[in-house]
Amino acid sequence: MSVASWLQFIALIVVTLVVAVPLGRYMARVYGDDEKAPGDRLFLPIERLIYRLSRVDPAREQRWTTYAYSLLGFSLFSFLAVYGLQRLQGSLPLNPAELPGVVPHLSFNTAVSFMTNTNWQSYGGESTMSHLTQMVGLAVQNFVSAAAGMATVAALIRGLSRRRATTIGNFWVDLTRTTVRILLPMAFVVALVLVSQGVIQNFNGFTEVTTVEGASQLIPGGPAASQIAIKQLGTNGGGFFNMNSSHPFENTGSFNNFVENWAILVIPFAFAFTFGHMVKDKRQGRAVFAIMFIVWAAMSLFAMGLETNGNPRLEALGADQATTAEQAGGNMEGKEIRYGPAASGLWAASTTGTSNGSVNSMHDSMTPLGGGVALTHMMLGEVSPGGVGVGLSGLLIMAILSVFIAGLMVGRTPEYLGKKIQAGEMKMVALYVLAMPTVLLGFTAASMFVDSVLNVTMWNSGPHGFSEILYAFTSASNNNGSAFAGITAATPWMDTTMGLAMLVGRFFLIIPVLGIAGSLAPKQVMPATTGTFPTHTPLFIGLVIGVVLIVAGLTFFPALALGPIVEHLSL
Amino acid sequence: MQAQPIRSGDTTRARRSVFDTSIVWPAVIDSFRKLNPRVQARNPVMFVVLVGSILTTFLFVRDLGEASTAESVFAGLIAGWLWFTVLFANFAEAMAEGRGKAQAASLRQTRATTMANRRRNDGSLEQVPSSQLTVDDLVVVTAGEIIPSDGEIIDGIASVDESAITGESAPVIREAGGDRSAVTGGTRVLSDQIVVRITARAGETFLDRMIALVEGANRQKTPNEIALNTLLAVLTIIFLLATVTLQPFAMYADAEQSVVVLVALLVCLIPTTIGALLSAIGIAGMDRLVQHNVLAMSGRAVEAAGDCSTLLLDKTGTITLGNRQAAEFLPLPGVPEERLAAAAQLASLADDTPEGRSIVVLAKERFDIRERDLSHAQLVAFSAQTRMSGVDLDGHSVRKGAGDAVKNWVLGLGGAIPDGLNEVIEGVATSGGTPLVVAEGREVLGVIHLKDVVKEGIRNRFDQLRTMGIRTVMITGDNPLTAQAIATEAGVDDFLAEATPEQKMALIRREQSGGRLVAMTGDGTNDAPALAQADVGVSMNTGTQAAKEAGNMVDLDSNPTKLIEIVEIGKQLLITRGALTTFSIANDVAKYFAIIPAMFVGVLPVLDRLNVMDLATPRSAILSAVIFNALIIIGLIPLALRGVKFRAEAASTMLRRNLLIYGLGGIVAPFIGIKAIDLVISALGVS
Repeated sequence: MSVASWLQFIALIVVTLVVAVPLGRYMARVYGDDEKAPGDRLFLPIERLIYRLSRVDPAREQRWTTYAYSLLGFSLFSFLAVYGLQRLQGSLPLNPAELPGVVPHLSFNTAVSFMTNTNWQSYGGESTMSHLTQMVGLAVQNFVSAAAGMATVAALIRGLSRRRATTIGNFWVDLTRTTVRILLPMAFVVALVLVSQGVIQNFNGFTEVTTVEGASQLIPGGPAASQIAIKQLGTNGGGFFNMNSSHPFENTGSFNNFVENWAILVIPFAFAFTFGHMVKDKRQGRAVFAIMFIVWAAMSLFAMGLETNGNPRLEALGADQATTAEQAGGNMEGKEIRYGPAASGLWAASTTGTSNGSVNSMHDSMTPLGGGVALTHMMLGEVSPGGVGVGLSGLLIMAILSVFIAGLMVGRTPEYLGKKIQAGEMKMVALYVLAMPTVLLGFTAASMFVDSVLNVTMWNSGPHGFSEILYAFTSASNNNGSAFAGITAATPWMDTTMGLAMLVGRFFLIIPVLGIAGSLAPKQVMPATTGTFPTHTPLFIGLVIGVVLIVAGLTFFPALALGPIVEHLSL
Repeated sequence: MQAQPIRSGDTTRARRSVFDTSIVWPAVIDSFRKLNPRVQARNPVMFVVLVGSILTTFLFVRDLGEASTAESVFAGLIAGWLWFTVLFANFAEAMAEGRGKAQAASLRQTRATTMANRRRNDGSLEQVPSSQLTVDDLVVVTAGEIIPSDGEIIDGIASVDESAITGESAPVIREAGGDRSAVTGGTRVLSDQIVVRITARAGETFLDRMIALVEGANRQKTPNEIALNTLLAVLTIIFLLATVTLQPFAMYADAEQSVVVLVALLVCLIPTTIGALLSAIGIAGMDRLVQHNVLAMSGRAVEAAGDCSTLLLDKTGTITLGNRQAAEFLPLPGVPEERLAAAAQLASLADDTPEGRSIVVLAKERFDIRERDLSHAQLVAFSAQTRMSGVDLDGHSVRKGAGDAVKNWVLGLGGAIPDGLNEVIEGVATSGGTPLVVAEGREVLGVIHLKDVVKEGIRNRFDQLRTMGIRTVMITGDNPLTAQAIATEAGVDDFLAEATPEQKMALIRREQSGGRLVAMTGDGTNDAPALAQADVGVSMNTGTQAAKEAGNMVDLDSNPTKLIEIVEIGKQLLITRGALTTFSIANDVAKYFAIIPAMFVGVLPVLDRLNVMDLATPRSAILSAVIFNALIIIGLIPLALRGVKFRAEAASTMLRRNLLIYGLGGIVAPFIGIKAIDLVISALGVS
């Protein structure tokens, strides 16, 4: 890896940290139990208006079941709205390219995809969705599906930090405050930065231009910058254009690329510090941050290094793959010259470690192990640092699991942050841990028997073809949304099964998380003594990382062995 | 550095070795009896193994004629070792139960129906079998008879042989009224006659419960076991999923697997080690308590013991020896110490109390003052009025006693109270001791310092508890000053002086409201509410029936120091469970590296690079993993039964060491084990 790549990596860490620490503190005030929070004078009137219009009593807290029903109801409404918009877009305004209504299975897939914060796109944005669908349907979901995920982790943290409580917050309040106080202001600022870098923001349809060579070309337009900002900040990842963040109108150059990569990471990392503040023990937050950071940094360095080193077969043939002033070097297939292999690898690790899923290079063209890193990073359950809110939830579940497995070894029944982990919580953890692998492996395995998968969907045979299908279901069941590509996903089988995978990957994870919040909230906190299992030490950080790796490794090793590993060994 | 454990009155039953033949053989038979699917269904992990064994056996038999010899041998060996896996798991549980069963058998002999002398309302006696006694019946038991059922003495006093239950052969005194009134059915009256009011229905006596407990007859899963079982079930389902979905992936890669191989993979991956040993660990934990002569009424109580973070300890008997002892002679200015010692000794010769004897002993130790001829001396015994004792000999009289009493006596003889006496008295009192003033005639000589003797090594023990994060609170009836001094000397964290039952209760509530779990011992009836409120209430076997009912453990030795050991046993139980769970999961890494390359190397030769153990052939690789998986259960039975070695140390230290041994060790061990088995298999040329 070149010095410039290292510098970029370190700069990203520094800038992310500089913002994530104060942002984490700010978010803790947004979700905390204090009467006042910064910015009340600006935000409270807006929120009060929303509460009055939607007849929500912000002072009324909910039990976990009510909280979960509210979230489910809201998600169902979101799904129906986005589905309807797509089906009817042909006869609705703001459709300069005169696109027709979207077919049912694709509408289903897309509605589920955006409602679950996955943003898998079985379609090309500019050639399928009208501006109205993009703005009122997809962009709105970019905000609220992210906010719903963030609300859940706020509820979980309350469950961990409150004692003898029956309620874990109010979903509608959390949803509103997240959107108004965190996502909208940040998206506004980031969108302005992107516009300053040349990301487009207009209401044009296709503009026909004559190129230098005299050929005629259709140049798409649209309100991209506003959607890209929230696409990254809310770990959504659904591109305005089909090429996602490798498209020059979405991602204009190195600096813009850096800003977008930062925007992917900043809120998920900030949540670690929010957690520390909310449980009133900053060391816990720092430990959680360390876990997220170490896994993310290792995965990033793997991906960057593997892509920079290029293809060993070419090396053997005497090809020069070094990064020099004249050439980008490394494995450049499917990558933009604007970014090069290292920045593409860094992005790939960041987008799969969060549940973002936007891409600035084609993951299908990465080296087998490089692509394997992206795949594995998702299989870890997206906890490094994970999607906004849901990433921290996942990590806290893994922390609870680690405490449960190893905590007995200090001679006490397991406890996390002073709360005993008992059968009730373990049942919820069980549900959480089982859901994702079940749909991931189940649908991938079932696909091996489906004709349309083997004949239409797969463009490649052998291990690589297998990796592509495995990647698609990994992405869907982890609500990531990134595509390995190299497949035709818009078939009834893929659209439907992936839609189901996304639903399970969202709700069978969120509901157990809320359930754990609900069962922990009433518990008494046992005071920490020297006999308490310490959850802020390097040992604990190592333990959780070990558990995350072993749980995912044991579940997915056979599949990985038949995909990326065998492909790499065959090079 | 390990302190000497304190075990006064160590009547611990002789420890049986782990593999005692009288237990092993019945256990082997039980292993087969436990193959009953209904027994297996209680343990999801082992149930899966059982189904796998049946399936592979069926396939082995079905393909016997058709498959090649090598394939048949392989399938047969896999099936055989899967059966062994199930049997080994059964054996572990049977071994753990075996020790309890042996104990229960000897208790049953005691329970044999006896005849009881029931007293009718008119006072006459009738003979009825003990099984027909009902609560509130009055029975008369005379020397040589067996007490027919649990009860309370309402009249009389007797010495009772309770060795059937406690293992302690020295008889104990039981009497009506007070805290020593409870008698247990099955024990024998050695002298005198008592009238007992029956307090337990037939079949629900202490002995019945004890038999059921040591036998584990109606053993219920503890909360932590239930939670752990959930985890094991999840892991089983995940690996079932990974194995079942592997077949389509393999078919896609043109490497379809035989069902035998898939079952082998599944069994190796699911947490059979902990699944097989889990119940044995729980039973062995209860058994360890029984070996310490403690009966836990439920496994839940044993777990709670491990969680306790506050121990309430009675001062007398736990922290200090029962009696105060003379520690030093404090002569007043101008009085030689030896003269004070001589006078004190003389004044104590007639004093038969432990305090008095200790003064004589101290005088002998310090100045070699021997017994003297007291034939013509007039002894003055201690009385509540005079609060002094002493002797009148050869015209001069010596007295020792409470400060005020001796001062009044001296003043009465026309003597004077020397300056500085009050300071010395106060000094002793502030240090937690009891001052005894000694006077010879009209002259006050000095003060004897009587002090509570803190048990040797107890301070070290409390230090260890503190390291483990456990707070110790001393409960005493002493005044705060004395309590403070003893608390400091013994090194307890806190104390409750002039304690009343209400205060004790309030203290428990206060600790619990702060999220702490409290353990305590008690024996009196007025301890009953506190025993019930505490998370772990250990009642003394000598205590009242009410106390025994309220607590969730009974210490048959009635040794309050044992609370500390109970906590340690609870912790050890949990540690053993955690260690084997971690070990079991960590094992899987190596098994993957053995089996996955073996499965696919035929079609995808490059995967041989994952065969890091360089196992001989695919078949021997899979077989080695299965054999290792079965043998490790046998290998770990002693650990499961004995428990992981427990050391008093901080959680972080404990965690680091155990993670290193059972986590890292769990990853490394199977790599070595599987390789070794593979070498043996290749040498034998089996596969």
